[in-house]
Amino acid sequence: MFGKLSLSEIHYQDPIVMTAVVGSMLLGLAILALITYYGKWAYLWKEWLTSVDHKRIGVMYIILALVLLLRGFSDAMMMRGQQAMAVAGAQGFLPPDHYNQIFTAHGTIMIIFVAMPFLSGLINIIVPPQIGARDVAFPYLNAVSLWLTMAGAMLVMVSLGIGEFSKAGWSGYAPLTQLQYSPGSGVDYWLWALQLSGLGSLLTAVNFIVTIFSMRCPGMKLMRMPIFTWNALCTSILILFSFPVLTVALALVTFDRYIGTHFFSNDMGGNMMMYANLFWIWGHPEVYIVVLPAFGIFSEVVATFSRKRLFGYTSMVWATASITVLSFCVWLHHFFTMGAGPDVNFVFGMATMVIAIPTGVKIFNWLFTMYRGRIRFTTPMLWSMGFISTFAVGGMTGVLLAAPPADFVFHNSLFLVAHFHNVLIPGALFGYLAGYTYWFPKVFGFSLVESWGKWAFWCWLIGFYFAFIPLYVLGFMGMPRRMVFYDNPAWQTWLVIAALGSLLVAAGVLCHIIQLYVSIQRRNENRDLTGDSWNDGRTLEWATPSPPPEYNFATIPVVEDIDAFDDMKEKGTAYVRPQHYDEIHMPKNTASGLVNGILCFFFGFAMVWHIWWLAVASLLAIVAVVILRAADDDIFYTISASEVKEHEDERYRQLAAAGVSLPGAASAPLPPDQER
Amino acid sequence: MTPAQMSTHSDTAEVFEEHGTAGHQEFGFWLYLMSDLVLFSAIFATFAVLSESYAGGPTGAELFDLSFVFIETMLLLLSSAACGMAILAMHAGKDSRVLQWLALTFLLGLGFIAMELHEFQLLIAEGHGPGRSAYLSAFFTLVGTHGLHVASGLVWMAVMMYQVKTKGLSVMVQARMMRLSMFWHFLDIVWVAVFTVVYLMGAL
Amino acid sequence: MKHTSHSTGATTGSLKSYITGFILSVVLTAMAFGAVMSEALAPRVTIITIFTAAVLQILVHLYYFLHLNSSSEARWNILAMIFTVLIMALFVGGSIWIMHNLNIRMM
Repeated sequence: MFGKLSLSEIHYQDPIVMTAVVGSMLLGLAILALITYYGKWAYLWKEWLTSVDHKRIGVMYIILALVLLLRGFSDAMMMRGQQAMAVAGAQGFLPPDHYNQIFTAHGTIMIIFVAMPFLSGLINIIVPPQIGARDVAFPYLNAVSLWLTMAGAMLVMVSLGIGEFSKAGWSGYAPLTQLQYSPGSGVDYWLWALQLSGLGSLLTAVNFIVTIFSMRCPGMKLMRMPIFTWNALCTSILILFSFPVLTVALALVTFDRYIGTHFFSNDMGGNMMMYANLFWIWGHPEVYIVVLPAFGIFSEVVATFSRKRLFGYTSMVWATASITVLSFCVWLHHFFTMGAGPDVNFVFGMATMVIAIPTGVKIFNWLFTMYRGRIRFTTPMLWSMGFISTFAVGGMTGVLLAAPPADFVFHNSLFLVAHFHNVLIPGALFGYLAGYTYWFPKVFGFSLVESWGKWAFWCWLIGFYFAFIPLYVLGFMGMPRRMVFYDNPAWQTWLVIAALGSLLVAAGVLCHIIQLYVSIQRRNENRDLTGDSWNDGRTLEWATPSPPPEYNFATIPVVEDIDAFDDMKEKGTAYVRPQHYDEIHMPKNTASGLVNGILCFFFGFAMVWHIWWLAVASLLAIVAVVILRAADDDIFYTISASEVKEHEDERYRQLAAAGVSLPGAASAPLPPDQER
Repeated sequence: MTPAQMSTHSDTAEVFEEHGTAGHQEFGFWLYLMSDLVLFSAIFATFAVLSESYAGGPTGAELFDLSFVFIETMLLLLSSAACGMAILAMHAGKDSRVLQWLALTFLLGLGFIAMELHEFQLLIAEGHGPGRSAYLSAFFTLVGTHGLHVASGLVWMAVMMYQVKTKGLSVMVQARMMRLSMFWHFLDIVWVAVFTVVYLMGAL
Repeated sequence: MKHTSHSTGATTGSLKSYITGFILSVVLTAMAFGAVMSEALAPRVTIITIFTAAVLQILVHLYYFLHLNSSSEARWNILAMIFTVLIMALFVGGSIWIMHNLNIRMM
């Protein structure tokens, strides 16, 4: 009836697990109680859970990312704590089984359930207004993608309390993922969580490629698009062509575990190395998927807060395109030591080093943008500057690792771990945090408090260095990755420093939480009254009010240059009131996306525990929901021209009150943080 | 302003025309087909790598009946042609002709699936199932993934026949038919690669 | 209130194109199966024959059934397809090269 599931799969005896489970459940219950107390269920259902609005979907993605960041970061602190203690016979506080689940969960969560939703969320919120569009090409599909990702995340969360998580690392190598070596539920949770969220990502890629190619406003030629949108396009292309290979890699492991095939088994002709090959064909593009949107954010932020057009727009586009193409050509560098010959290693090593070139072009472009700019040291700008310096170090260690002979010494040591965190954290995470701070006022209508933001930045930056530079040293000293305990006392000092670094980062996380709380308390003092939240906005999203109406633009803008909004401000056409308004068609909300996601969660859960009747039932229900929704022809609603006019009239009243120079009005006051 | 307040019904066909939605859907579906090609190429790559991993079990030459596969191929090809006829009838606005051609397409596709299931069942009964060797794992996965796609297409086709019957050839139904026909032709293309790499190369 | 969406997608076909495509496909299929089943050619020649027939038949399908031609509507589809084919060649070719290399050295 319940397959392999039984009450013994809940680990009552493990205090750390039970604390996490009970803690999460209490927090969840508290949130449900608050929603009930404030009577917000109807609002939540209508405005968020059934929404197909890209802005709402984007916010939900980012909330998921931030929540999972807390779990992934807790995993990190536990690992640092364990390694700081467990030297020369000391066992630390984490038994090996538990430790292995933690490093697996840490990697899986950070890449798949923090980075991917964070970038999907930011792309969702910002790309349509940046190209002057009202929504994405496929709003319903957008919702489906979100809820698929949520379903995958829920599987990872549930694995905390029911059963276990995978112990095979986030990359899930064979033969450890084979049934005989990992008989528990862990690998299955991992497989289904990644398959569901992977499908969500693939559909998002299709959505954004069509949106960007087909829904740009008049005058928005490809070479006039904001760089963030260009990067979103390249990211989507990377996703479209790499995720199917992950699907296959995971499916073959699933077949091995469920029906006894021999793709990656030790015997009967299986080839375990083929798994690594398939996984990294996806895995390498994945890291560029994670970093390119952040690069796009930096391009926007650096230009805006240097009060200068981005240097080298054309070269920036070509550099991004080159990185996109090259990232499909380097995957073997993840397994130089697996045994291929020098000719194979050489080709992939060379290709890897070549990727540094377009990346360097981008760094020079950012620096030249800042040169002779009138810099504003806002929080997003600090994140960008922290990124440029720190990422450069990580990139250089990447070039070191790209040489196969060097990699033979460093592979799977802490040097490698230091390298990839050195590119992922400043490269991706700093970018997302910059984007979060930069676009928060646009989304919510009030700014985040700068002071706490700056504290968060400095804690993160200094904490990062303390946490990861020691790992480079330890790599040189020969310490391998993923060690639950070790013998060499010479390593301990560095691990203690790293643990202190993680505490500093924790302070940074705390600063962000406080920042959010304080900002909400002070929201009325920090309202964005014009839509140009930082007053130096250059791209079209700043032409909309904060927050934008569901239709983004009452009249579709016409673009004449790069940095379209800045161009309009200079020409005095930014706030021209239209003569008349047309009715607007928007996509209707629907519960299908949410229902689909919930059914997919049950399907995944059923497959993990071999509850076959539930798996079949949920699969049939999913097919039914898909067919019913696809056959639904009543999917739009109309906003009448008079309603649009009413809304826009109110907007122009607010603009005038804020002192924006409408044709004939006085000029706007500067926001308090702006330096002169 | 919440969507709940805006319950004014829109004429979907009008919105489609105004916003070029059908074109977007077709392009988006094409992109999905491209990703599906990459999916198949990963399975093809796996098949190639494991193509001689017999583990003491049977080889392709020992297992395959090429005339059987030829008939399967003809069924699928005829099905593709019938699908083309359905689309021509759709452009000519002939609802009942569309249904007839779709029914033929469906039956031919069903014949293909029936033959494939028969082949699989025979192999499994003889002990040459997917668990016998890595080669057979790859064979069943590659041919089976294609077969699953065809089966899904048949389900979609049945839904479309129902829609043409009940809604007629509206803008939305025609757009869905275009995507179905793209899918169906694409599956025949993948089959050309499958029979060449798996059956013909296997028999050599 | 139109966007500058460019139209993408296949152009429509004609009875003639479907019939031509069908006949060509049958011929190419028969050629390939015939080459293998008759064992009339040397193995190497047979392989070249069947792969050439396959590539040609795929092109026939693309042109006659999917209407991928040089018209402006089909342009983005063709571009996407070419990029996809390059990626596929990279993944399949790269995998075969790598795995062959590994197999020789390791197994």
